[in-house]
Amino acid sequence: MTAVESSTKVVLGGTRGGPEAATLRQDRWWLQPVITVSVLTAFVIYSTWAAFQNRYYFVASPVHLVSPFYSPCLASTCTPGSKIGFAFSGWTLSPALLILIFPLGFRLTCYYYRRSYYRAFWWSPPACAVSDAHGAYSGETRFPLIMQNLHRYFFYAGLVFNVLLTYDAVDAFRQSGGGIAMTVGTLVLCVNATLLWLYSLSCHACRHLCGGGVKSFKAHPLRYRFWKFLTPLNVKHMNFAWASLVFVALTDVYVRLVASGALTDYKIF
Amino acid sequence: MIDSPYEHHDYDVLIIGAGGAGLRAAIEAKQRGLKVGIITKSLLGKAHTVMAEGGIAAAMGNVYEEDNWMVHFRDTMRGGKYLNNYRMAELHAKESPERVWDLEQWGALFDRTKNGKILQRDFGGHRFARLAHVGDRTGLELIRTLQQKVVSMDTDVFMECKVLKLVHDADGRMAGCVAYWRATGEFVTFAAKAVIVATGGVGKSWKFTSNSWEGTGDGHAMALWAGAKLIDMECIQFHPTGMVWPLSVRGLLVTEGVRGDGGVLRNSEGQRFMFNYVADMFRAETADSEEEADKWYDDHTAGRRPPELLPRDEVARAINTEVKAGRGTPHGGVYLDIASRRSAEFIRRRLPSMYHQFMELAGVDITRESMEIGPTCHYIMGGIQVEADTAATVVPGLFAAGEAAGGMHGANRLGGNSLSDLVVFGRRAGMGAADYVQAGDTATSFDLGEVEAAVRDALAPFERATGENPYTIQHDLQELMQTKVGIIRNGPELEEAKGQLDEFVERVKNIAVKGGRAYNPGWNLTTDLPAMLTVSRSTAIAASLRRESRGGHTREDFPQADPAFAKFNFALSSEGGNWDSPMVAVESALLALPEDLKALLEEAK
Amino acid sequence: MADVTMRIWRGDSSGGDFENYTVDLSEGEVVLDIIHRIQATEAPDLACRWNCKAGKCGSCSAEINGKPRLMCMTRMDQLPEGPVTVTPMKTFPIIRDLVTDVSFNYEMAKRVPALLPPPMPEGGYRMFQEDVERGQEFRKCIECFMCQDVCHVIRDHEENKQHFAGPRFFIRYAELEMHPLDQNDRRDLIREEMGLGYCNITKCCTEVCPEHIHITDNAIIPLKERVVDAHYDPVAWLGRKITRRTKRSAAEAAVQPAP
Repeated sequence: MTAVESSTKVVLGGTRGGPEAATLRQDRWWLQPVITVSVLTAFVIYSTWAAFQNRYYFVASPVHLVSPFYSPCLASTCTPGSKIGFAFSGWTLSPALLILIFPLGFRLTCYYYRRSYYRAFWWSPPACAVSDAHGAYSGETRFPLIMQNLHRYFFYAGLVFNVLLTYDAVDAFRQSGGGIAMTVGTLVLCVNATLLWLYSLSCHACRHLCGGGVKSFKAHPLRYRFWKFLTPLNVKHMNFAWASLVFVALTDVYVRLVASGALTDYKIF
Repeated sequence: MIDSPYEHHDYDVLIIGAGGAGLRAAIEAKQRGLKVGIITKSLLGKAHTVMAEGGIAAAMGNVYEEDNWMVHFRDTMRGGKYLNNYRMAELHAKESPERVWDLEQWGALFDRTKNGKILQRDFGGHRFARLAHVGDRTGLELIRTLQQKVVSMDTDVFMECKVLKLVHDADGRMAGCVAYWRATGEFVTFAAKAVIVATGGVGKSWKFTSNSWEGTGDGHAMALWAGAKLIDMECIQFHPTGMVWPLSVRGLLVTEGVRGDGGVLRNSEGQRFMFNYVADMFRAETADSEEEADKWYDDHTAGRRPPELLPRDEVARAINTEVKAGRGTPHGGVYLDIASRRSAEFIRRRLPSMYHQFMELAGVDITRESMEIGPTCHYIMGGIQVEADTAATVVPGLFAAGEAAGGMHGANRLGGNSLSDLVVFGRRAGMGAADYVQAGDTATSFDLGEVEAAVRDALAPFERATGENPYTIQHDLQELMQTKVGIIRNGPELEEAKGQLDEFVERVKNIAVKGGRAYNPGWNLTTDLPAMLTVSRSTAIAASLRRESRGGHTREDFPQADPAFAKFNFALSSEGGNWDSPMVAVESALLALPEDLKALLEEAK
Repeated sequence: MADVTMRIWRGDSSGGDFENYTVDLSEGEVVLDIIHRIQATEAPDLACRWNCKAGKCGSCSAEINGKPRLMCMTRMDQLPEGPVTVTPMKTFPIIRDLVTDVSFNYEMAKRVPALLPPPMPEGGYRMFQEDVERGQEFRKCIECFMCQDVCHVIRDHEENKQHFAGPRFFIRYAELEMHPLDQNDRRDLIREEMGLGYCNITKCCTEVCPEHIHITDNAIIPLKERVVDAHYDPVAWLGRKITRRTKRSAAEAAVQPAP
C-alpha cells in the first residue's frame, strides 16, 4: 500500500454553481477551431490526392526538383532520376504511400497538432471553458491514444527525412547538363527544408532529448546550451508547424505544375 | 472530557493563523511529536505573508563577507530607534541564517550567486546586501515552502474558520478557543494545552493600506482580552512606496526592492529630494551627492549609501513633507523612477511582479515611465508582549509570534526583517509551546461560559431588525484612523479620535446583519469589527501618550525624539477582558542591554 | 462614468439564479471593486472570496463572461460593452454565490511526496541559477486554481477527480522532478496515480494562468517526456539494464521522509 492511499480521499460530487450551459463565453471562441478544421481538411484532401497521382513529382531540367511527398522515392517504378539508389521492386502503388506514414505520424503525434485536433475535430474541448462534447473521457491513457507516447520515434524518423529533403534542396542547385544553377524551384525546396528543420528542432521531444531531461544543467553545460538554443524555437513551435505544413503542400504544387508543363521553372542564374 | 455543545476538537498545540509564523511554529511543535492544529480564517497559503516582496534578511555573508549577526543586530536596533526588545533582536540576528537554510531543505528556491550560494540584495537600513530573495515574490516562496512542509507532515488545518475568542481554564491558563466556520456559520470549539497567536497585522483599520482584508488585528485583540499586554501599539509603519493611482489600488505595495535595485525618488520638479532629508543619525553613512550615491550600487566601498535607502520611517516622512509642500504628483504622490536608470531587461528580470502590477492595474510601463507612489499603512511594530526566548505571554499557555507579537522591531522595522522574524520566532513559539505542554502544568478545564458569551455576541446582530451597516462602520473607521491616527499625528486630533472610537463601540453594538450565517461577508465583517476597534483604540491611546516622535510614530506637536521616552514601552491591558472594556496603559521598562551588546551599539555611533 | 449592469450568480447547493445590479464605474476599477461596492450597498451578504486584491494570493478566482479570471486583476474598462456576467468556478462544488469549495486541490496537495534532499553541507546547499530557474517559474503559482477549473478533464468529467491531479499539481511535480536537490523519482506515481495520461494538452491551463506560467510547454510536456523515458523508450530501458540501475517505486519514494 502506498502512503498516498491511506492519507487522503477525494470526495466526488457536490452541487456545482452557475447556470447549466455549455459555455457563458460571448467572444468568438469558435473561430479558431473553424480555421483549424478548414486548413487541416484542405491539406489532407490535397495531400491524399497528390499522393495517389503517382506522376508529376519530378523535374529533371533545368535543375532536379523532387516533390517532398515523393522523397525519398523508394519504388522501382519511380521516375528515373528521382530514385536514391535503393528500391522496392514489387511495389506498384504510388511511391508516396511508402513514406508518407513517417511525416504523417510525426505530425499526428506532435504536441501542438494534438492540441489543435483534439479541440477542433474531437471537441474535447472545442475551446477553453466550453463543454467537452463527449460523455466519457480517458485522455491518452488507453489504446489507441496511448500511442501518442511514440512521438519521439517519429521525431527521429523526421530527422532522417529532413536530411533527405536537405539533400534534395542541395541537389536542386545542380544543373541537368552539369554546373551549378538556381531556379525558383531551388529556392522553394530550400525554404521547405528550412521550415521542416525548424519544425523538427522546435519539437518538444527534441527539446527534452537535447537537454530538458537532465536534472542539473550545471553538470551538463553543453546540453544546457542546446536547451537554451532550442527553448525560444520551441515557443514558436505552433508557427513552424503551420508554416511547414502549408509550405510542404505548396512545394508539391510547384513541382507538380512545373513537371506537368503548366509552369516553367524560372532560372535565376 | 469537555462537554462542548458545538463541534469540538482537542490539540496539544493550537495555532491561530497560517502565515509564515504560524506555519513555522506548527512545524516545530509537530517535530516534537505533539498533536498540532492550525486555524486560519482564509484558505491555506493565502495569508498576508504572500505579499512580502523584497526578501528575507539574514546575515549569511554570501555577497559581503564582512556581514555577520553583530552588524545585523546593530542595524535592527538603530532602525528600531532603540525601542526594541534587545534579546529578540539578538536572537533574530543570530538565528535567521539557519532559518533560511531550513527553508532550502524544504524546497525553497532562492536566487543564487555565481558560486551557487543564496544571492542577497540591498534594502533600506541594512548596511550590507543581506536579503535572500526570489525576484520580488519572496513571501510567496516562504509561505509555499512552509505550507508544503506542513502538509507533508500531515498537520490538521482548519481553513476559513474564524476564531472569536480565546478560552481559559478555571485557573486562568489558556485552554483553547471558540470559532465558527465561514462556510456554514456553525460554531466550533477547540481545546488546547497551548495556544500560539500568529494572526499578523492590523492595517485594515486604515484607509490606504497594503494589507489584505485579514489584517484586522484579531490576535492582538484576543490576546489583550485574554489578559496579555500589548506594547508599542503607536508604532505603525507607513511604507514609503504604495501605489497612489488608480484609486481602486491606492495603498498597494511597491517593493523596496525597486530602490534597492537603483530606483530613485523625485518630486514634481524632478529633484532627487531625499538628499534634503538625511537625519543626523544617518549622515555619516549616507552619500551627499548623486554621483557618490550612484557609485555605491555597484560597489559599496566606492561611496556611501543613497538616501533613498534610509529606513522606511525616514523616507515616508520625507515624501509626506514634499507632497504637503506642493511638490507632489497630480495624484498626490511623488515619482519613483527606475526606468531612466536601469535597462528594461534588468527591470523585468528583477522586478517581474511590479512590472505586471503597474502594467495591468495602472497601465504604466515601469521600464519606460516613472511610478507615482506615496506612503501606505504597512506593518505594526507593536504587538503582544512576549518573552524573547520562548514567545510566551503573561498568560500561561498563550504564545505569540510574527507581526502579532511586539518588541522585535522597536519603533520601526527594517525591510526584510519581517520574514526572518516569522521563521525565527515562529520556531521559538513552537519550541516554547512544546516545552510548556511537555512540562505538564497545562489547562485542566475549559470555560464554556466564555464560549457562550462569545457566541451570544456573535449572533446578536441577526436579532436586530434594523441597525447600522457593518460596511459603513468599517469605512468610517478607516477614514478616522487615516486622518487622525495616520502618518503624522497631533495631540488634539488623537484626543478627538479616542472620543470618536468610543462612539464606534456603541455603533458596533447596533449593527444589524442581513441574510443567513453561511458564508455571509457582512456578518464576517461584523465579527472582525470588535478586534479592529480594539487595536484602533490601543493605537490612539498609546499614540497620545508618547509625546515625542520616534520611528513609526510621528507627532507634529513633538517633532523630536525625547531621550526620556527611550527607556520604556507603553504596555496596554484590558480591564474586564471584553472587547468594549476600557484599557489602561503603563510604562514597561525596556530590558537592560548587556555590556557586550551595548559596546556594539556604541561602536556604531 | 458610465453605468454598467452586473449579472451575478446568487445561490448555493440548493439552487440559484442570476441577479442584476446596476453600478456606476470609476476610472481604473476592477471587477472586485464592483463586487465590494455591491456588498457595501445593495447586497451585504453577497459571498465572494478574496484576500489581497493585488493578484498575489489567488483567492478571488471566478468566471467573468464565461472565462476563469481573477476578479482583482480584471479591469472593468477592458471588458466588452454590455452586461458583465460573474459566476463561480464551475469545476468545484458551490458554497455560496461566488465562493466554491476548492478542497479537491488541498487533497491533491497531500498526495505529493515531499522533496528529498541530501544532508545539508556546512553553510548551506550549493545550487546554480540555471538550475533553480526552471523550478522558480512553477513556484510563481499563486494557487488560484483557475487551471484546475478550466481543465476539461475534471470540469466536464467529475469522475476523473479521483485519479487526476490537474495542471496545478503537474507543475508541482515538474518542479520537484527538476529540483537540483531532489532524490525522489515520482514518474511512476505521476503516470499511474496522478493521471498525467489524461491530459490531452489542449493548453487551456496555460491560457488562463494569471502568472503566465508555461504550464503545458514547460511542465506537463516535459513530464510526459520523462514518463516516456521511463516506460516507452527501449533505449533507456536497455541502458538501465546494462548499468543495473533500478527505478525507485512511487510507493517507496512517497514514504521517504524529508528532513
